[in-house]
Amino acid sequence: MDSLRELFADPNTRWIIMGCVLLGLSSGVLGSFAYLRKQALMGDALAHAALPGICIAFMLTGSKSIVLFLIGAMVSGILATLGIGAVTRHSRIKADTALAIVLSVFFGLGIVLLTQIQHSETGNQSGLDKFLFGQAATMIASDVTTMAVISFVLVFLCALFFKEFKLLAFDSGFARGMGFPVALLDQLLMLLIVVTVVVGIQAVGVVLMAALLITPAVSARYWTEKLGVMVTLAGLFGALSGFVGTWISTLGDNLPTGPLCVLAATLWFGISVLFAPRRGLVAKAMLRARAKKAIRTEGKPMTASEGGAL
Amino acid sequence: MNDFWILLTGALVACSCSILGCFLILRRMAMIGDAISHSVLPGIVIVFLLSGSRDSLLMLFGAAILGLVTVFLIQTLHQSGVQSDASIGVVFTSLFAVGIVLISLFARQVDLDLDCVLYGEIAYVGWDTLEIGGVNVGPKAVWALGLTLMLILCLIGMFYKQFKLCAFDPALAAALGIPVVLFHYLLMGLVSITTVASFESVGAILVVGMLVVPAATAYLLTDKLGRMIAYSMAIGVICSTAGYYAAVILDASIAGCMITVAGVLFALAFLFSPSHGVVWKKRRQRRSALAEAAVSG
Repeated sequence: MDSLRELFADPNTRWIIMGCVLLGLSSGVLGSFAYLRKQALMGDALAHAALPGICIAFMLTGSKSIVLFLIGAMVSGILATLGIGAVTRHSRIKADTALAIVLSVFFGLGIVLLTQIQHSETGNQSGLDKFLFGQAATMIASDVTTMAVISFVLVFLCALFFKEFKLLAFDSGFARGMGFPVALLDQLLMLLIVVTVVVGIQAVGVVLMAALLITPAVSARYWTEKLGVMVTLAGLFGALSGFVGTWISTLGDNLPTGPLCVLAATLWFGISVLFAPRRGLVAKAMLRARAKKAIRTEGKPMTASEGGAL
Repeated sequence: MNDFWILLTGALVACSCSILGCFLILRRMAMIGDAISHSVLPGIVIVFLLSGSRDSLLMLFGAAILGLVTVFLIQTLHQSGVQSDASIGVVFTSLFAVGIVLISLFARQVDLDLDCVLYGEIAYVGWDTLEIGGVNVGPKAVWALGLTLMLILCLIGMFYKQFKLCAFDPALAAALGIPVVLFHYLLMGLVSITTVASFESVGAILVVGMLVVPAATAYLLTDKLGRMIAYSMAIGVICSTAGYYAAVILDASIAGCMITVAGVLFALAFLFSPSHGVVWKKRRQRRSALAEAAVSG
């Protein structure tokens, strides 16, 4: 508990915690929609695809502002979704292969650009490679305020379009029949995911950003059958993972914040798999045991009478 | 001489990866390849911490086990009701996070650099040589990759029929009495071994590109599995060779350049493949539309 008090005493850590909690919250909320839309790995692809966009934004402007990175990542993220769509629609390549191709080619291009930047003479390139795994410790107050504003907008948009996204997630054909602009809504959801990814890259990095989108959402799915509850729970799980991850990373030296946030989310996932009501393994085992017992107590006279008849 | 070793390493990586990639694509498991390539990382680190050496054989073993654990976890989660792509995402990200935490925790003991894990260090293969009885017989990586390729060729060659049937129609294969699950895990084990063997040269993240992109390019060029494998290997070797020279000219990451070249080749095949290319398809459509118009007119 002392370490908790220390945690809040240090203003620097306070900012980092705020950042990670906000990130977990918004990625959990958006991840739920992505998960129900059966596009869980899209977040992974978009996170990888953001790298060349960020590199090009840096090469063109030479500054490391989060807004510029956002624009660059958004452009390359949209290109990636268009690429995946084109490859699956116009050739016999299946969706998962298209995803893997776009992901690896964009990432490969990003690494080429990254090494170009590192080998160039500008000198102020240090830190750009931190985007691969993130470095939450480098977040400062202004970064966190930007993150807070963006997270607020994201959650607000999700609340605003809740009905539309709900319909899109469960029955996009029906949504189209009702006259909703399904393609537009799909693009909007993608855009929101791209924004989340870009915000998260600074804290957890390109490679692990997918985890914060997927894991809280899957965990939340275990606890409820209602979308509203699921989205709230996923946001809560995400925020908690951000908090726990940051807390543990302050306990020792050399403990990276991003991966620990991911592991905290995995821990929540494990708890959900085991102990969730009705869907959890423990609940299922108990149900099975009860059913077996019921059959045995009811079944005994039956088998006895059958045995007698034989 | 160093150039030769780098090119040979690249070609060996490309060959091993693209053979397996064909089967991954046909079985719609491209993203499982991605997952395995990420999640072998903790296996490598744990073996490294336990044995304290970079002995390739031990590492291959540890990684193969981790790869199979990954596949097993993904399947268990999927069977318990989680969507398959979400279960892939949960499993590989957590294992990868474990790997990174372990590397950062034991950074002093582990002589594994994150950059090396990511991009690979194919440029340095020539220096880490193997000596047998005082005779220098070439880089260790070449030997490890050569053995891996031999293993793949032997297994796929011996059980070609079975692998082919499992790839196209697992239900028929099961009905004919082929142990489908065994071949599934055999393929996954081979993918894990290849990932680790290639990992030092092209990096953990870009292995998936080598697995998937050349095979997908070949998939657009032919309808026969045997030819697809041959094309895929050839394309892989072209990518690795052209990628190396591009990297030398651009002064950039070799692995990144290889994948970029592979991406360019894929885009070319996607547009101009004689049988499945978008351009020819459009042309054929227009021609048949014109013919129809002429007939009806």
